[in-house]
Amino acid sequence: MAPVSHFERLPCVGGEVVTITIDGEAHEVDSRWTVAAALIAHGHTRCRCTPEGQSRGPFCMSGVCFECRVDIDGTPNRQACMTPVAAGMRVVLRQDLRALA
Amino acid sequence: MRERHPDVVVVGGGLVGLAIAHGLLRQKLRVTVCDEGDRDFRASRGNFGLVWVQGKGVNSPPYARLTSHSARLWPDYARQLQRDSGIDPGHTRRGGLSLCLEIDELAEKSAAMAALKAHTPGFDYEVLDAAGVRRFLPGASPDIAGGIYSPQDGHVNPLQTLHALLAAFEALGGTYLPRCRVDDVSHRAGAFSLTTSGPTLQTARIVLAAGLGNARLAPLVGLYAPVLPVRGQVMITERVAPFLPYPTTSVRQTTEGTVQIGDSQERVGLDDGTLPEVLVNMARRAIALFPLLRSAQVVRTWGALRIMTPDGLPLYEESRSHPGAFVATCHSGVTLAAAHSELIAPWIAGNDAPTLLETFDGARFAL
Repeated sequence: MAPVSHFERLPCVGGEVVTITIDGEAHEVDSRWTVAAALIAHGHTRCRCTPEGQSRGPFCMSGVCFECRVDIDGTPNRQACMTPVAAGMRVVLRQDLRALA
Repeated sequence: MRERHPDVVVVGGGLVGLAIAHGLLRQKLRVTVCDEGDRDFRASRGNFGLVWVQGKGVNSPPYARLTSHSARLWPDYARQLQRDSGIDPGHTRRGGLSLCLEIDELAEKSAAMAALKAHTPGFDYEVLDAAGVRRFLPGASPDIAGGIYSPQDGHVNPLQTLHALLAAFEALGGTYLPRCRVDDVSHRAGAFSLTTSGPTLQTARIVLAAGLGNARLAPLVGLYAPVLPVRGQVMITERVAPFLPYPTTSVRQTTEGTVQIGDSQERVGLDDGTLPEVLVNMARRAIALFPLLRSAQVVRTWGALRIMTPDGLPLYEESRSHPGAFVATCHSGVTLAAAHSELIAPWIAGNDAPTLLETFDGARFAL
């Protein structure tokens, strides 16, 4: 099923287009977006699961709720809403708890 | 109008006040709880969640017995709380460990445990070297000196516990008044009248369980509660796969996977902030105990003010000048919650003072 986004993309001034991957799939995004904005724009509103198996995604967009945590460039549990995108960034949506090693 | 003339008014809606209030409802009394607001100092929303026996009352046999008794009551109390509230407080009692990096610290702790065992019936412990600790906690560093294991120790989810207490209180018909600061208490013809920022309340019995607020409130009813704030800072990591099957005094993992780090104690007055240098030390020590925490990310930190009496022991007393007015305060509101509900509530309801509580009055603070 095609991902559905309920968000409308407003015109963005001054940014350039960069490419990031979300779960391995390449997406062109505005360089001034946060990772959370990129996730929402591409329909990834469920980016992780609670230990009870409920879906969670970007919510507060301001660093408070910690619901939008994703793996970014190999570092797990980063707050997507507090991280600007960068060219070549690899974002992975994780559905399980990672093990410390 | 019913809630303005209850049998008992409990001042304080934290773990201590709600545990007593829950017990009072089970004594078939009509109870109103006056609580303050979210922005006030709330030890019950910032604590560590241990139900802890080892190390409590090493120099005070009555405190050791009370602690041990409450830990024993907790499994049944957790079930009662869940029945009354529908919320699982997350209690487990499989034992817990305190860990030592240095051999001197371990020797000191072993001596303290021997003293505790000598005056505490039913208390057991084991002194472990690093290999012994790693049988319980495979993630512990092989370089630590060792630790103490006690099967009597356990933990709860402290926020779920607070939530369960409040839900149980309301489900059993109690009246909870948030943002209801008690400004004054007057006593006439055996009845108390409480002036609050909300309604004026009339009652025959009043329980002061207001934590740090007890210092101001106790003298209004002829009691003395010289409590002071002690700040504890806490660090919360991202949720990770389970690696800590037992709680320790400074690091524990919740069932959801979160690792909680916190064993600081500072006397800084009414300041519940955090300090990077304290947090860095806590993190260093946690990593020395559990090297794999090196890669864990901290997602939150906070400071909370715990309540400390001059000797660190709880305070339970009925006023002589104002019979029917009680004070209850302690710094282990989680560990003692079961005793507060099962022992203190019947006493306030009119039963004889339980022998387990009789050495905890305020006379010991008099000059």
